[in-house]
Amino acid sequence: MKKIVIHPITRIEGHLKVEAMVDDGQVKDANISGTMFRGIEIMLKGRDPRDAVMITQRICGVCPEPHAIASVSAVDDYAGLTDKIPDNGILMRNLILGTRSIADHILHFYILSGLDYIDPARVLEYEGRNKDLNILKYFLEQGYSNPFLPRDEIDYKFDAKTTSMIAGHYIKALDIYRKAQQAATIFGGKWPHDSAIVAGGVTEKLTSDKITEFIWRLEEILDFANNYYLPDVIAVAKTYSEYLEIGKGCQNLLAYDSYRLKSNGSYDDTLLKGGLVNNIDKYSEIDINQITEDVTHSWYKDLEPLSPGSGKTEPASEKEAGYSWIKSPRYNGKVYEVGPIADILSTYLGKKDPYIVDAVNSALSEIGGNLSSMYSVAGRHFGRALSAKIVADQLLKWAEQLRAGEPTTVEYELPSEGKGIGLCSAPRGALGHWLNVKDGRISNYQVITPTAWNASPKDKDGQPGPYEQALIGLKIKESSSPIEILRVIRSFDPCTACAVHIITPKRDTIAKYKII
Amino acid sequence: MDLKKSAPISVISIQGQNCTGCVTSILCSEYPSIKNLLLQDIIPGFKLEFVFHPNIMTASGNLAIEILENAAKKKGYVLIIDGAIPIAGNGIYCVTGEKDGRKYTILEETLKLSPDAMFVIALGTCASFGGIAAGNPNPTGAQSVGDIFSSNNIKTPFINIPGCPPHPDWLFGTIEEILTKGLENVQLDDFKRPKTYFGKLIHENCPNRAYFDEGKFAKKLGDEGCLYELGCKGPITYADCPKRLWNGRTNWVIGCGAPCNSCTSPEYPDFVGDFYERIIDLEVPANEKKVKIEEK
Repeated sequence: MKKIVIHPITRIEGHLKVEAMVDDGQVKDANISGTMFRGIEIMLKGRDPRDAVMITQRICGVCPEPHAIASVSAVDDYAGLTDKIPDNGILMRNLILGTRSIADHILHFYILSGLDYIDPARVLEYEGRNKDLNILKYFLEQGYSNPFLPRDEIDYKFDAKTTSMIAGHYIKALDIYRKAQQAATIFGGKWPHDSAIVAGGVTEKLTSDKITEFIWRLEEILDFANNYYLPDVIAVAKTYSEYLEIGKGCQNLLAYDSYRLKSNGSYDDTLLKGGLVNNIDKYSEIDINQITEDVTHSWYKDLEPLSPGSGKTEPASEKEAGYSWIKSPRYNGKVYEVGPIADILSTYLGKKDPYIVDAVNSALSEIGGNLSSMYSVAGRHFGRALSAKIVADQLLKWAEQLRAGEPTTVEYELPSEGKGIGLCSAPRGALGHWLNVKDGRISNYQVITPTAWNASPKDKDGQPGPYEQALIGLKIKESSSPIEILRVIRSFDPCTACAVHIITPKRDTIAKYKII
Repeated sequence: MDLKKSAPISVISIQGQNCTGCVTSILCSEYPSIKNLLLQDIIPGFKLEFVFHPNIMTASGNLAIEILENAAKKKGYVLIIDGAIPIAGNGIYCVTGEKDGRKYTILEETLKLSPDAMFVIALGTCASFGGIAAGNPNPTGAQSVGDIFSSNNIKTPFINIPGCPPHPDWLFGTIEEILTKGLENVQLDDFKRPKTYFGKLIHENCPNRAYFDEGKFAKKLGDEGCLYELGCKGPITYADCPKRLWNGRTNWVIGCGAPCNSCTSPEYPDFVGDFYERIIDLEVPANEKKVKIEEK
């Protein structure tokens, strides 16, 4: 048995380490470790509840917008505003979350994961007139290679022509990312860390020119999502087809409702339907009271698993059994994966929306797969691109429902005590914020992020987390950082700043707070 | 400092207790674009070579650490640090890598890489002043780059580019100014921020200033009027957001009807007050306020 340690894992958000026990070219066991923490929820204690919407976005600068949405939903819930938000406010929140999520997915596939599948050095063979590719070719010809080289051995499979095509899309993706963030900033105020999302609605005062500007800015972004991103993901799934079988993971999925939709005059419906999926395609409703967090192998003092509403943690950095700052969220004691595949399958099976069923089926038929293909490395990339397409197809409709000059916020008074819960689908999956208020100030704030679910360490029953399960049994070509391991981990789109929770060492009163 | 055109300048980026928001902000730079920066020149004739950047480089693990070690052998690189540097527990709260069983922390990396850098940029409010990561009661002992330099007697010149997030123009504009005018000619304020971008208060250039002067204050978010009563920290915040705007000039904080949170200030986020409540004491300018707080 040999131990392989990969740290840093680059091209992800944050600081993450993997330790794999390898025997005869196969991973026998794996430990995933979050190696950085801060203390955001400590700052929240005693603050004005409205400030949480701004502070919690700083948990993550890659996906701040779902934190804003989850946090503002928790504040709205506590203040009794959920059903009073004006249409414009709900629509703008959907547009900000949707547009920025698509940008995030594009960033993940091309900039973060792309180099696992395409070899930019082969652009030296490019003969053509694409300006971006000629710029890259000239760069390489001059002898430059950073940050693409040096690298460990990677079994690249695309031919030179396809490589150049996707490399050209990598460069274009940088533009599209910027343009998508600019479009959403029309409503959000600033990227990253939107300012306009506030309790009661969105502060941006809508005018016709802004709505029109957003709609036309969308054109190029939707074109990229549908005609570049999804086809490129399908090309990866076909060319690296063994990755439709690799990295299956725990095969239990969990998702929350997301993107409120108006039907029959009220906002009871959502675009993405939450729920649980077990045994590939068995859907059931979710009961969030079944969620607990285990700290058996996290650097915290041992406690029974607790629900997020009463979470309590005390750090123990010397704890022998500990190997991560990430805790282990579990549902009814079981391991669950979250992310775009969970959002899509939960909606597909739980809501049976004909449009979504058709979008998923037709895309799956292109790669010759079925629902079980989604539980894999390629399936996760595929699910992300499908999720981008499904949201992209709604953006125009939502933008057209905006009404210039009409209210975007509702007036309110904050109660001095109360509780609120805010749930949404972040680009990486199910995100929950739990808020308690006393005497008008935050008395407890808890966050369970998607990467906490996915990158969680083993629990008291010895069940490995989803990343770990996806690695165990993986066949690798031995090297100091095997590409097979990195492809599995990057398929989850890790966001470790989001995942790590800690508490302050000395102040017991704050020990109720989860730190991100 | 001797900067020659045509010879590429190595850039090493390392990350402490960050949220990667500095990176996603910089990724949205318009002119130069990331394509210009990565594959072409920052200004024609001046090339930056991104030898180590955790979010874009191909290599991981041992090889990534070797790349960093090799890059550091060639002195005179530009070092960009984002995120704060925790010193509690000997830096254990931010472990950045591991090779042959030996763990590396952001504290060690900063101490090792800073002395041989041509200059260091502390990018974002966490690296500049501690920011969110150092929020009260600062359980990990998070410090700014400047704190680390003064306590370890590091003399390398450094510049703070705060902001949560920092505007891409503030970073690349400052580098462009250094390349064309020389580091010694870049004007900095008392907090080592370039005066070009942080020389004036938001309040001085705010389009709502006329409302403030005539006393027309918004009573709730979404109303017409100055946002002062709703918590706007523009009167104590140094940054050029009102003129520069954000994300391709599409919008900015006050432009979207929200109050400024003072994210470029050393006091952010603890000592700027509640985000949606009026500034506690406008008589105390931001720069003096921190000193008073420290004296307490």
